[in-house]
Amino acid sequence: MHRRSLLAGAAFALAIGAAPAGAQQRTEVTFWYGLGGALGERVQEQVDRFNRSQDRYRVNATFRGSYVEVMTGAIAAWRAGNPPHIAQVFEVGTATMMAAGPAIKPVHELFREAGVEIDPKRYLAGVRGYYSDTQGRLVSMPHNSSSALMWVNLDAFEKAGIRDIPRTWREVREVAQKLKAANATPCVMTTTWPTWVLFEQQSAIHDVGLATKANGFEGMDAELQLTHPFFLKHIQFIADLQREGLFRYGGRDNAAGNLFPSGECAISFGSSAARAQIERDAKFRWASVPLPYHDDFIQSPRNGVIGGASLWVLTARNRTPAEYAAVAAFFEFISRPDEDAWWHQVTGYVPLTTAAYEKSKAEGFYERNPGADAAIIQLSRAEPTPNSQGFRLGGMVEIRNIIQEELEKVFQGQQTVAQALEAANRRGNQVLRNFERANRS
Amino acid sequence: MRKKVIFPQLGLPYLLLLPQLAITVVFFFLPAGQAIWFSFLRQDAFGIRTEFVWFENFVELFQDPLYLDSMWVTLVFSFWVTLLSMSVALGLAVLADRHIRGATAYKTLLIWPYAIAPAVAAVLWIFIFHPQIGLLGKFLNGIGIKWDYKLNGTQALITVIVASAWKQVSYNFLFFLAGLQSIPRSVLEAAAIDGASPARRFWTVVFPLLSPTTFFLLVINLTYAFFDTFGVIDALTKGGPAKATTTLIYRAYIDGRVNLDLGSSSAQSVVLMLAVIALTAVQFRFIERKVHY
Repeated sequence: MHRRSLLAGAAFALAIGAAPAGAQQRTEVTFWYGLGGALGERVQEQVDRFNRSQDRYRVNATFRGSYVEVMTGAIAAWRAGNPPHIAQVFEVGTATMMAAGPAIKPVHELFREAGVEIDPKRYLAGVRGYYSDTQGRLVSMPHNSSSALMWVNLDAFEKAGIRDIPRTWREVREVAQKLKAANATPCVMTTTWPTWVLFEQQSAIHDVGLATKANGFEGMDAELQLTHPFFLKHIQFIADLQREGLFRYGGRDNAAGNLFPSGECAISFGSSAARAQIERDAKFRWASVPLPYHDDFIQSPRNGVIGGASLWVLTARNRTPAEYAAVAAFFEFISRPDEDAWWHQVTGYVPLTTAAYEKSKAEGFYERNPGADAAIIQLSRAEPTPNSQGFRLGGMVEIRNIIQEELEKVFQGQQTVAQALEAANRRGNQVLRNFERANRS
Repeated sequence: MRKKVIFPQLGLPYLLLLPQLAITVVFFFLPAGQAIWFSFLRQDAFGIRTEFVWFENFVELFQDPLYLDSMWVTLVFSFWVTLLSMSVALGLAVLADRHIRGATAYKTLLIWPYAIAPAVAAVLWIFIFHPQIGLLGKFLNGIGIKWDYKLNGTQALITVIVASAWKQVSYNFLFFLAGLQSIPRSVLEAAAIDGASPARRFWTVVFPLLSPTTFFLLVINLTYAFFDTFGVIDALTKGGPAKATTTLIYRAYIDGRVNLDLGSSSAQSVVLMLAVIALTAVQFRFIERKVHY
């Protein structure tokens, strides 16, 4: 009797559980991302919209900590045989992911198998190039891309009697001297993400390769060329600014992120995605413009490169075609012009597609928000060259840190610029060789 | 005559030991064994291609001048953290041991920092040391001392030492206080009657009687400085500027988790493991002999 009622109960529970599924079994896929705070909320909003927009698939998105944590977590999960379907990986992890062969499913393959027709030309050239293979096929899905900009405090400029926003480094220097003379702000100039801004962006803008083999796109045997005269010239220029009290080193990565919005420094260089924070915190008039260039080195600057992250599709032994189809449907969804334009406008990341850029333009978004298109202009003002399409260097996170360490020794006065570049080049190449060896097939 | 406790059957004692043994195996022997195995391998991040390289990871490590630098940093760091946290804690414990008003509140306040997560502790210290927003940092720059731990290696090391030591003071304080309270009053009274000054009483009577506690805390604090200070360093300096605050454990973390080089990171873990085994052995063999129990 007792057993019987238990059984009946179980059968009942099963029936209840099966009822909604009977109508339409949704395929569930997991998505790990590394954007906290407001940006993370935007990711969730978009995923929710996707889930509501159809009844075949469901994406379960979870915040998994910083970019580094998402990447190491996803790799560990893959090793254990249970990775998320989609992992958001920052741009410097691209080479590591691309070398992972059987662990990833390239996006062009995913689309083909799922029967989704997407012309890669639909994505902005500067975004597409970074995440494509040598045949121009998308390997990962562009998601949140930014570019580095110069942010200037217009109130401080006015106080120092400066009318024009500088476009070249020479002009930046003149402006900096005026700002200092007028004592407009406690600190004249700083930068966030020192390696990204001072090395990666500048090398692309000046059409100088950070490394040989088209910055690693053409092979893992690429070698850094940090001792190139351009870097010597540019870093010496920055070091001189620092010695004259015109530039303040604010720390690694985004440690200097508060120096501009707080009004401490009048000029800063950083991600276009900092726009939301600056808009909220800055108690002064400001502008964001493309990065300066050395006009005695290049006449018309090339395109800048992106930063940010892209979405990678991870494989597992028990993955079904339906699961991959779900991922493809989600990728198609976020590439739609209205979704993409929304993402661009609420986050400050650049749009992924030209259609979304055109749409934002037509809606008058850039007239209402001057400077919000500076990053897009900088990314698409020239056709990318092998030196400006992006970076595909293994161990890029480590290389970035090595460059920051050697820079710090320059700013401390412990070594010359030439010594720093020499040391960074040697140490960075060691990283590349180790990566090449570990990933040799 | 010595009594031996003999269990009638063999099963029960082993059964009772089992939980503890299981925990040791799962949380120590398995990971440690895996670290030793990985230290002989060279792998890509995903573990798709694996090469057995014998001792190459170790050879590379000891040929790397930066690794030897970080050993030196670790020694300096551990020495100062241990010295600072133990001496401050002893001083506070001696003061708290007296009959003072509000002793309970005083003790409770001193124990608080121990309950704070390393990352949170680091944030508190940012508000003190940061050159622009920190109380002390702003003050130092105001009176003309150039203070910027993001650019000055020595200042960065001082910052992480102070923050790490502060977190450990509470723990040491508790043990020193307990140690002080267990010293028989009669001994102290006898010394006082003999006319020994308070300072002399402390150094000739109290301090030697405290030596078991001091010895225990020395081992604990060195281990703490070696292994548990990662959170403070990560939140305050990330091992920089240059490599001024990169200790051995921090480097093992960076190489393994950020740079995804499991082979080298495992080799570093093995080196650390050997260092701690050696350290503990030396301490128990030589220092313990001189300790009064």
